Amino acid sequence: MTQEALIVLDRVNKRFGDHHVLRDVDLTVSKGEVVVIIGPSGAGKSTLCRAINRLETIDAGTITVDGTPLPAEGKALARLRAEVGMVFQSFNLFAHKTVLDNVVLGQVHVLKRPKDAAERKARELLDRVGIGGQAAKYPAQLSGGQQQRVAIARALAMDPKVILFDEPTSALDPEMVNEVLEVMTALARDGMTMVVVTHEMGFARRAADRVVFMADGEIVEQDTPDGFFTAPGSERAQSFLAKILTH
Amino acid sequence: MEALLIEGDTILAAFWMTIRLTAVSALGSLVLGTLLTAMRVAPLAALRAAAGTYVSVARNTPLTLVLLFTGLGVGANLGVELSDDIATNNFWLACIGLTAYTSAFVCEALRSGLNTVPVGQAEAARSLGLGFVKTLRLITLPQAFRAVVAPLGSILIALTKNTTIALVVGVSEASVRMREMIETYGDQVIQIFLGFAAGFVLLCLPMGLLFGWLSRRMAVAR
Repeated sequence: MTQEALIVLDRVNKRFGDHHVLRDVDLTVSKGEVVVIIGPSGAGKSTLCRAINRLETIDAGTITVDGTPLPAEGKALARLRAEVGMVFQSFNLFAHKTVLDNVVLGQVHVLKRPKDAAERKARELLDRVGIGGQAAKYPAQLSGGQQQRVAIARALAMDPKVILFDEPTSALDPEMVNEVLEVMTALARDGMTMVVVTHEMGFARRAADRVVFMADGEIVEQDTPDGFFTAPGSERAQSFLAKILTH
Repeated sequence: MEALLIEGDTILAAFWMTIRLTAVSALGSLVLGTLLTAMRVAPLAALRAAAGTYVSVARNTPLTLVLLFTGLGVGANLGVELSDDIATNNFWLACIGLTAYTSAFVCEALRSGLNTVPVGQAEAARSLGLGFVKTLRLITLPQAFRAVVAPLGSILIALTKNTTIALVVGVSEASVRMREMIETYGDQVIQIFLGFAAGFVLLCLPMGLLFGWLSRRMAVAR
């Protein structure tokens, strides 16, 4: 793995009213690295993930993506977002567009690819995530697992520098979790830079280069999956792991 | 009954004017209403305020006043001439007034439609790098339109009936023809009323059915 920094968060702070959701968060994600963020609910994991493409604004600190500070708004921000893929907990596929059009839309309207090239790429990606046969259907006709795989294909179609996953399996029925995790694991293996907020500890162990543990808006500790899961350093991480791993 | 039969051609011509007023104003209201909706959700506060004020004024002013304003104010007083032919000029003035009024209702319907589109749709669009206008044009507005097909149908029906107020600008649509006929055929007032009422029902009923069907067909499955 190269050590070139792709995303750098420096003393990032955010408040929702009295609630201090992000406290002095420093985080660096290198090119090709898979960073999994875990922690109890309300720890600020999703807010952190959404702040990286400015779906959530921050109050203080800086976020830099590939050397460029996150623009405040306008065309520059749109350009940056096109380079940062995002996969949501609730899929958010465009409900009035077919599966194929969902994957084509960004390529044509943002990257200005010709329609036929965009369709070819979309079909390749849909095949890659195992739903090539569903291209003509609408999102509501697909299962949750299939929808989330389309969402991953939609993000991949933009050739992003990094993909952010905001609890991608939390809204899925248990039997559909694995089909999504398998696609994500394959992506990680292929060298995609990924920031993944998840409760799937198995995925963290298997696919992560680094596990970041957050609680109360702070990064409490970070380590390799092996290091973190076998010997967590902080008391909060120990109690968190004790709670989820004893069942 | 014979009055309606004798005057068949002039009645049809008058209803044709009603249809033209409706069609042009409907198109205008759809365009202006969409634009107003976009302004009301724009990132610029000044645009939001301007559209909000416009909608409040247009929606809460009686249509008769709006049309008198376009006819007497814009047409006569300000001397805006849209055509050398006075009838054509009046027609366009009436369309402007009807559009100005109806677009406020279209805007309100569309805005409520936008509120039915989950916020995640816009977030997904923005995360792909689509800007404000493209997000609205490609993702949120199309879904909003589909959600409000039925209310838009009601607005169209209301507009069709509202065209009768174009008489204050001097446009000879169906209701003007009806008045003239009542003066000429004073013994057949009831029949004339019923005849014209039937004409409007015939015009509006299919619209209601069409929009009901469309709203079921175009509903977005989630």
